[in-house]
Amino acid sequence: MVDDSDLVARLQAGDEQAFATLVDLYHAPLLRLASTFVPSRAVAEEVVQDTWLGVVRGIERFEGRSSLKTWLFRIVVNRARTTGVRERRETPTDQPEPTVSPERFNAGGGWSSPPAPWADDAEDRIVARQTAAKVARHLNLLPERQRQVVVMRDFEGLPATEACALLGITEANQRVLLHRGRARLRNMLEQELGKG
Amino acid sequence: MSRRDAIVCRQAVELVTDYLEGALTADERARFETHLADCPHCREYLRQMRVTIAALGRVEPESLSRAARDDLVALYRSWRAG
Repeated sequence: MVDDSDLVARLQAGDEQAFATLVDLYHAPLLRLASTFVPSRAVAEEVVQDTWLGVVRGIERFEGRSSLKTWLFRIVVNRARTTGVRERRETPTDQPEPTVSPERFNAGGGWSSPPAPWADDAEDRIVARQTAAKVARHLNLLPERQRQVVVMRDFEGLPATEACALLGITEANQRVLLHRGRARLRNMLEQELGKG
Repeated sequence: MSRRDAIVCRQAVELVTDYLEGALTADERARFETHLADCPHCREYLRQMRVTIAALGRVEPESLSRAARDDLVALYRSWRAG
């Protein structure tokens, strides 16, 4: 891991190598995050381009009160929002829908169609690589809000508090979105891995 | 624990993220874990959720083309120079 304060000091001193390192570290995460807010890959690329411009201009004033990563994510989310072509609010708490089809449980709420065991197999090293590729494909099929939370938390490893701050949602809402997103991804994996 | 307090599979699957996030109360957590201890299917479900989460953490970021990276570095250089 590159040390934040060292990288920031070099960036503020005009070190091009440091900037190249920053781009290598964060371009892909920024693009992925931007993609969850805007309708197309092309628009996401513009948003990220714009973000880098903001970084170049703003790095002088960066004081390290947040991590560099959080700072970058904040810029990209703000830019994406102002581009904000299609922000719809999914309010998750109104009517909690089941994340596993009710048909899979009996009248008493026990499994009638339990998950076929595949967790063991998926932990195998070769299968694990394929599982990661599958999950990356499925990620794009999640509803926007769920995708944003899952990308921030499980993909980028941001803490819950930062994801909430970036999205302007409560911790409880964040957990509901995260749960729905994860459960949906598990369902998709089950379709592929859980068959016999 | 009384029968009335026991949770069923249909409820357990909805508690997985709260459980992993440490967001359950001590009582809810105890009931969830009691259920898991008795239910191999829900244990498998929990493991599958963990596998799904772990898979997300392993997705390889796409790499930026050399040219695009050079363009960005040029942007930085010209701003510094300006």
